[in-house]
Amino acid sequence: MARSKKISVDRRGFLKGAAAGAAGAAAALVAKPEAAKAQDAAEVHRPATPNPLPGAKQTAAETAPPPRVDVWTTDRPGSDFMVDVIKTLGFEYVAANPGSSFRGIHESLINYGGNKAPELLTCCHEESSVGMAHGYAKIEGKPMLIMAHGTVGLQHASMAIYNAYADRVPVYILLGNIQDGAWRRSDVEWAHSVQDAASMVRDYTKWDDAPVSLGGFAESAVRAYKIAMTPPMEPVVIVADAVMQEEPIPEGERGRLQIPKLTLAAPPAGDYGAIKEAAKMLVNAESPTILAGRVARTPEGIKLLVELAETLQAPIIDKHFRMNFPTTHPLYGAGTIGSADVLLGLEVPDMWQNTHTQTPINKMGMESKRITKPGAKVITIYAGDLFSKSNYQDFGRYDEVDLAIAADAQASLPLLIDECRKLITPERKSVIQARAAKLAEVSRRNRERDLADAAWAWDASPVSTARMAAELWNQIKTEDWSLVSDLTFVSNWPGRLWDFEKPYHFIGGHGAYGVGYGAPAAVGAALANKKHGRISVNIQCDGDLNYAPGVLWTATHHRIPMLNIMHNNRAYHQELMYVEDMAARARRGVERAWIGTAISDPNIDYAMMAKAYGMYSEGPIDNPNDLGPAIKRALEVVKKGEPAMIDVVTQPR
Amino acid sequence: MKLLLFAAVFSAATLIAQTSTGDAANGKKLFLRDGCYECHGYAGQGGAAGARIATIALNPQGLIRYVRAPGGQMPAYTDKVITDQELTDIHAYLQTMAKAKPVKDIPLLNALKK
Repeated sequence: MARSKKISVDRRGFLKGAAAGAAGAAAALVAKPEAAKAQDAAEVHRPATPNPLPGAKQTAAETAPPPRVDVWTTDRPGSDFMVDVIKTLGFEYVAANPGSSFRGIHESLINYGGNKAPELLTCCHEESSVGMAHGYAKIEGKPMLIMAHGTVGLQHASMAIYNAYADRVPVYILLGNIQDGAWRRSDVEWAHSVQDAASMVRDYTKWDDAPVSLGGFAESAVRAYKIAMTPPMEPVVIVADAVMQEEPIPEGERGRLQIPKLTLAAPPAGDYGAIKEAAKMLVNAESPTILAGRVARTPEGIKLLVELAETLQAPIIDKHFRMNFPTTHPLYGAGTIGSADVLLGLEVPDMWQNTHTQTPINKMGMESKRITKPGAKVITIYAGDLFSKSNYQDFGRYDEVDLAIAADAQASLPLLIDECRKLITPERKSVIQARAAKLAEVSRRNRERDLADAAWAWDASPVSTARMAAELWNQIKTEDWSLVSDLTFVSNWPGRLWDFEKPYHFIGGHGAYGVGYGAPAAVGAALANKKHGRISVNIQCDGDLNYAPGVLWTATHHRIPMLNIMHNNRAYHQELMYVEDMAARARRGVERAWIGTAISDPNIDYAMMAKAYGMYSEGPIDNPNDLGPAIKRALEVVKKGEPAMIDVVTQPR
Repeated sequence: MKLLLFAAVFSAATLIAQTSTGDAANGKKLFLRDGCYECHGYAGQGGAAGARIATIALNPQGLIRYVRAPGGQMPAYTDKVITDQELTDIHAYLQTMAKAKPVKDIPLLNALKK
């Protein structure tokens, strides 16, 4: 820790006297109790009779050099120490929309900290800050720091925090707050202060603290990082008191302050007996099938999942929450839930939804049927079983399973693979090998079907999402690319046509389906890709971008290379379909479902929007034959280190 | 409007396409007005939200029967919101939609064959 070079007068003591003086002057207007009269006698300054000409004493005071003791400044504010702590945690970036309650740390980060490790990212909305941190963590595997007001900033950030929470992603949130009312200078500071800042998001964060000393800040900050990074990974919150930031480090603490050593906890592997039982069930199954949720936390997770799948010759059904499994592998997508006799769910937050039909929207009431075949066994390995909260319901329906292992799936895979191998007899080996050929044939047929499906509407206008995906792939397939957006809203076409193999090829989905995640997550992920020289591709939904489009400016300002392709279907399309469904159910007005769901009249010109934020752009493009050349031109811009956007008018899905 | 899982619902015999007696031009207007494109695409190509209905194999009566009591996630459309004649017109429009070209004739897709 750096040490202060000079000692300043304690500003806390100085302000205390000034405040008391002001209070005394105001109190003179009303009748006062005895205690207040005593304060007056001690504190109120009574000026001498005015003199039109300065006396010798006053002249000397005004012309003499300033006093040596500097009571107005300090070179060692508490926020410097906070930055010392932050630097030990290895953050590359801190994302923030500026706010007065953390101005002390802001200043320390850019001056004392040199605006390096972490580097400050200027954001136009706190939802963007957290969304960027969400996307960044998906690529980098560690949290980005974000700063926000404990009140209005956190309110803006809250939806994005919930997305990260539901997606099991670590985000490190530092909130500014003036805890002590006596230190709030204005009505703004009162309005921006809160008794318990983290309470607003406590239902969907893993841990929080509001330390009342710098020593406490250091310990809590390190503890928060450890908790965020222990599976299940989640957002954490630390409240940095503004007075503690801005006031000098107390004399008495300077020699004692220390920053604890960070030791990350090893992720929990499954119970040995339970893993052995799971291995026995899987090896003896005729159609073992693996349902992959948020399995791969690191590149090693993909290798392990491939190893398990190949050991068992078990098909993978990928939920696309993470880059779990190569789409080019013959076991990818080669099975179904309904054909499994043993189904292994790895980090799947809601197995029930995956083993039952959804109630059709064309039926009144609720009805669901189990889709696993009779007698099929279900095994889960799920870190979510180690951490539960009650208010928000992202945990899903209670899973009726046959073997539940509360553990981190990736950490459990080495043991599970070993146990499976031990149990594979020559007889089982021949059964497993026979299965491989059948599954490879399923995979081959899937590929043929995907290509045939993509051919439909190939020349249509608006541009089909399949054509858009194919045109993109044609341009990026020889690059080191990364898809920094979801697949859901484009009928999974990149997942069906592109070769996803490397850990950074895909960042997965939202978590809680909170719209507005897409654009900032893409920018954050592209930032993480930047130092590796990867081409980040964002297929950007129009409704999503309009929540906080200022993140385009952040991408331009910070020179974050990324190719943005607008999926501009001119509607909040999922909701348009739902309203259509409701109208049909109610037997009226199906032609009016666009009201409140369409984003047209006027159509939004996204190319112009991007241009306004300083970004290269083209479009709107509605002729599919124009798309390939436009992508090529935009890619050249991206290769030079800049973001670019192409607005494509698309089919709905 | 979502039309799903036709093949699972009707026998092969009833699926044989018949000459539509509908008005394709009016069918196009209805296809857009009543939101068929929302799930099935403007070209009837289908996708994650709805089945492919371009050049649909059902005959008009089959389409009407399905729309009144659909399977899957598609809501039922009664004759109060869309009449039999309107569905017949939509059927005629669906028959005019372009079929997919063979994959071998689309270089970008042909290159993706393994």
